[in-house]
Amino acid sequence: MSILVNRDTRVICQGITGKVGEFHTRGCLDYGTRMVGGVTPGKGGETVAGLPVFNTVAEARDATGANATMIFVPPAFAADAILEAIGAGIELVVAITEGIPVLDMARVLPVLEDSASRLIGPNCPGVITPAECKIGIMPGYIHTPGHVGVMSRSGTLTYEAVWQLTQLGHGQSTCVGLGGDPLVGSSFIDILKLFQADPDTHAILMMGEIGGSAEEEAAEFVKHHVTKPVAAFIAGRTAPPGKRMGHAGAIISGGKGTAEAKLAALADAGIEIADSPADMGAALVRAVEKRCGGR
Amino acid sequence: MKIHEFQAKDLLRAAGVPVLAGKVAKSPADAAAAYTALGTPICAVKAQIHAGGRGKGQVPGTGQRGVELARSAADAERIAKGLLNQTLVTIQTGPAGQTVRQVFVESGCAIDRELYCAILVDRAARSPVLIASTAGGMDIEEVAAKTPELILSEPFDPDRGLAGWQARLLASKLDLPTASWRHAEAFFTKLCQAFIDLDASLLEVNPLVLTKDGTLVALDAKMTFDDNALFRHKDVVALRDEAEEEPAEIRAAAAGLSYVKLDGTIGCLVNGAGLAMSTMDLVKLHGGQPANFLDVGGGADVKQVTEAFRIILSDQNVKAILVNIFGGIMRCTTIATALVEASKTVGFTVPLVVRLEGTEVAEGKKILAESGTAIITADGLTDAAQKVVAASKA
Repeated sequence: MSILVNRDTRVICQGITGKVGEFHTRGCLDYGTRMVGGVTPGKGGETVAGLPVFNTVAEARDATGANATMIFVPPAFAADAILEAIGAGIELVVAITEGIPVLDMARVLPVLEDSASRLIGPNCPGVITPAECKIGIMPGYIHTPGHVGVMSRSGTLTYEAVWQLTQLGHGQSTCVGLGGDPLVGSSFIDILKLFQADPDTHAILMMGEIGGSAEEEAAEFVKHHVTKPVAAFIAGRTAPPGKRMGHAGAIISGGKGTAEAKLAALADAGIEIADSPADMGAALVRAVEKRCGGR
Repeated sequence: MKIHEFQAKDLLRAAGVPVLAGKVAKSPADAAAAYTALGTPICAVKAQIHAGGRGKGQVPGTGQRGVELARSAADAERIAKGLLNQTLVTIQTGPAGQTVRQVFVESGCAIDRELYCAILVDRAARSPVLIASTAGGMDIEEVAAKTPELILSEPFDPDRGLAGWQARLLASKLDLPTASWRHAEAFFTKLCQAFIDLDASLLEVNPLVLTKDGTLVALDAKMTFDDNALFRHKDVVALRDEAEEEPAEIRAAAAGLSYVKLDGTIGCLVNGAGLAMSTMDLVKLHGGQPANFLDVGGGADVKQVTEAFRIILSDQNVKAILVNIFGGIMRCTTIATALVEASKTVGFTVPLVVRLEGTEVAEGKKILAESGTAIITADGLTDAAQKVVAASKA
């Protein structure tokens, strides 16, 4: 068991004929993901990495039975690609593309809410269930199968956390990159619900960052609805207000979105805090030990 | 991307949002001429810098305020002289302040009440939202903290815009006279449309003024744009004023790097925004001060990484550099090759601590070892932070 993806997930890549799309399609194939095709408008009939290319997502879905898509379409057209995937009824839409205009996403979200699709990203590393299915750009080898659910707003910080877990002997059930943009398809809470319900996930590690209030909302949710041990790290404690730290979402403005407020909310919910990014894996271990000691 | 107040007002005027007549002046004589040309008894002379808090801001030494009313051409000339080519320090500029290169001379109007409004994308509402308050002209952040009930907000769909009834609801809650409601409806709906049409990320009007004759006017305007949407707004890009931006940040942006200059002594070169922020935190946790945020991104090549080293080294405060790479798409071999390249072409004048992990890490370490470049290698995050802090203080 795992969440979102497993060995049966059938994946297409939108933007497969682009350099980046092809590169990562090959990476996912190498990892063992069931990649079944790709989509690039006007390039239907071609073959990339041994996979058939279709003109539309609907055609790809009908021909391959795909239930998930990985999007590498350039930012100017990416929102439309997401809408196409939703329109075709693809269950899981993973948007890797970085740099989508925020108002384009504001137009996508109401459509998403009225659909049965789930969107991860944009501007995210993707989703991986170790040894079963990788949809995205993360280096596969740092992951190992196990029982820790990992979720984060940032890519390489997730790799760091996963690597620490793996070295401490804690494998992962599923790792989810939520994305660094102000408007993303899935929140910490959406994924917390899935991890809480997943019998194979025994503990949860989350990496947040400054900006917005997603971490505070997640903390509130954990307090009332999550019974599994949770550990967390917040990036950007030392970031000055008013400066955007790379991610469009990572900015402290109007006294909101500070690391202090987030850490206080997390601690109040009984979440184990990693004070240093070197301490993320160890914090998860502490969270598990505390819970076991309490039982 | 930010623009000046006068530029924001030009955009609003074109969108049909009421603003007052005004002229930009780059010399005291221009300011006097602008006052005369505008022909109103009172004008405001306003410093144009990319930072807020100008009204309360001062030029150190002279006490000249960033915004002052002029009642004659000579007055306008005097105020402009007190501001132009001077450093204005406001709550948003930091103690170093910003140089004033132009002033905006704007007609006065008869003010009945001062209000506040702003539009931004609200993550919680997952849509753009129009915020308004009766507490105009004040520090809105303070209002939000102390009296949140005074802050009104209306989310709206980017395709449909703000509905007329939403504008009237706000007008009613703001206690505007009913005779002014049609003005409010036009003002708010056009303002929201301008936000959408221009792909703004923030549009703030503080104060928004109810005039004695019952109309609404944007007395100030602050606009910030979504950098990701600039590709479809060439006209907005043309308004960029690079003199207002940090030179190293402009250089980094040109190279496709995300760089933010800070005040510390430890230069940081990292891949990924989250890891870059965490690396800054780590440096501070171990007693050092980061000199910058620098995310080389996932797909950077040798040329970009070399430029990243140049940018970090151009900061005179940097006493040591920490390279922290967790290879994913970015390969450790790319970083290692760039590092060797940079040591040859740029030359490292300060100690360099390198922590590599991830894709092609063994090959990357081999490249560094064989090059004979003077570096301090580190295993893991804590080790790297301790070593770079020690090196910066040596």
